[in-house]
Amino acid sequence: MSLDKILSVRNLKTYFYTNNQCTKAVNGVSFDVKKGKTLCIVGESGCGKSVTAYSIMQLLPKLSRIEEGEIIYHSTNGDIRIDQLSRNGKKMRSLRGADIAMIFQDPMTALNPVYSIGFQIGENLKYHTRLSNEEIKSKSIELLREMDIPIPDQRVLEFPHQFSGGMRQRAMIAMAMACSPKILIADEPTTALDVTIQAQIFELMDKLKQDHETAIILITHDMGVVAELADDVVVMYMGNIVESGSIEDVLRSPAHPYTKALLNSIPVLGRGKNQEIKPIRGSTPDPLNRPKGCQFMPRCDFSDDKCLTMPLAVELSETHTTRCWYSDKILQDE
Amino acid sequence: MNNNREIILKLKNVRTYFPVRKGIFKKTVGHIKAVDGVNLEIYRGETLGLVGESGCGKTTLGKSILQLVKATEGEIIYNDKNNERDLRKLNSEEMKDVRKKLQIVFQDPHSSLNPAFTVFGSLEDPLKIYGVKSKAERRRIIGDLLEAVNMRREQMDLYPHEFSGGQRQRIGIARALCIDPDLIVLDEAVSALDVSIQAQVLQLLKKIKEERNLTYIFITHDLSVVEFVSDRVAVMYLGKIVELAMSEDLFGNALHPYTKALLSAIPVADLDRRKERIILLGDVPNPINPPSGCPFHPRCSMSQDRCKIEVPHLINYSKDSNEHLAACHFINQT
Repeated sequence: MSLDKILSVRNLKTYFYTNNQCTKAVNGVSFDVKKGKTLCIVGESGCGKSVTAYSIMQLLPKLSRIEEGEIIYHSTNGDIRIDQLSRNGKKMRSLRGADIAMIFQDPMTALNPVYSIGFQIGENLKYHTRLSNEEIKSKSIELLREMDIPIPDQRVLEFPHQFSGGMRQRAMIAMAMACSPKILIADEPTTALDVTIQAQIFELMDKLKQDHETAIILITHDMGVVAELADDVVVMYMGNIVESGSIEDVLRSPAHPYTKALLNSIPVLGRGKNQEIKPIRGSTPDPLNRPKGCQFMPRCDFSDDKCLTMPLAVELSETHTTRCWYSDKILQDE
Repeated sequence: MNNNREIILKLKNVRTYFPVRKGIFKKTVGHIKAVDGVNLEIYRGETLGLVGESGCGKTTLGKSILQLVKATEGEIIYNDKNNERDLRKLNSEEMKDVRKKLQIVFQDPHSSLNPAFTVFGSLEDPLKIYGVKSKAERRRIIGDLLEAVNMRREQMDLYPHEFSGGQRQRIGIARALCIDPDLIVLDEAVSALDVSIQAQVLQLLKKIKEERNLTYIFITHDLSVVEFVSDRVAVMYLGKIVELAMSEDLFGNALHPYTKALLSAIPVADLDRRKERIILLGDVPNPINPPSGCPFHPRCSMSQDRCKIEVPHLINYSKDSNEHLAACHFINQT
């Protein structure tokens, strides 16, 4: 079983300590990432999806720490417990960027404006490989070419401000792909981009996935993106995974009221003007003042007193898991 | 379109250029043609969707209509009870009178409300200016408005930071409504909101429109939202309208190659509707130096020599009474 898995996260808890208060940003999350597959983490802002990614990369801010749980990277030389590595230790630094790479939401703030694109791609290679400067330069150009950037031998010398938004994101992907990582974490990679450019980036990511057998963890809030790209989906709400499964499981037969409500609340292209959308009532609760039991209870139509205790994860099938007391009822209710 | 319907706003060849200045003497070296010759008629009581990628001039067009940005050329004729006036030629006293009828809701609810004022403070100014003298009366009106946007009357004495994004956006809508306008420009009014909140605001906008017989110009880049709210849709590219049609016609039978590519690029949250993506090459050209002829020709798969020279004009291709305009030389061949 563990052969096709590249990363396992077990009961991960990441807490933030600010102003003498504790925010449980990620509160018991478990999932597996399969080799060469795309896992989408969906959820609204503040649900902990980015913190999960940052935990895997050990890029958390100082005020937070991994409280509990395991992050296991199944490398070719045996399993590595990422959560036990020190944040800036030698081992973590050799993994970060080489085996696990990340691309960020806003390419303009993620790239350093005072260094050329070529230098920033080369940095990664310089640290992780033993290539000579000449080889690094030609490899950078090669990477940019692979990302479909026109005239790469000139572009490699240019600076981020000379690139357009879509090209900056390509350059970021080139940086991330420099050492052919096993896992690519993409944190809302196209939110800042236009749809036509978004389509180009997705096409590129699909190609990379096939060529390099990279597993992708894609963080997004857009159900449309999920439907287009995901193999597996994890739906998060208030620091918990409320539902996980294959794309077919989650989109065709959502078993958690939040997933269901989320799917019903977005207008879908092609369904016309008279499609019915049902907004989810209320808004996400304050993380410092959480509801008791199931976090979705105050906004849920199915809830009753039983929901005052947090439901356990229920396995509906081999792939499909949900965290709701009434998943049977929700599955039947059309 | 039904010819008997009353036109509320007529745009004739509107152009808005921004000068590009260089050097110590700030010599004008060129112009950004943000809006480049737009002709448009808006009917009373309809919702016109204005879509396009970033930088295509949709926001500038919205602001030009409200005279928040002065158009360089053209006529913007507002029809107030059969009293037609060109907004560009009004003096500030007359404009004050018209401004009562034309309002705007901005994209970012966090920056469009003054943090130092309570909600009441922000909303009472327009009422003061338009002659509601007594404070008790102003409080009553604002209380009613807050209730109309599904908020509580007492909340008017709170400050913006005490509200969530969705609530702030509803305050923005209440502010636009407070002097009983005819036409509201909604500039990316739901783009900054989470999906579950977005649905609440969309439904609220639909409800208010019916109750108050408003006309909306709905500016957005999100085509799924546009399809859900609009009666007619105009697609903009580099300052020009490239296609204009009834919502059903545009989404069912897009004519312009740009619209087709745009529609195919949208990720759809529906597994049965996965389709071939049309990937456009390159980025949106620089509006300082737009391509000759058809502005879309460098990215178009069908472009021929004629497209490089001749600018296509909007032509009606509809076979029934509803207009379906598109600006392309080769519509019939597609």
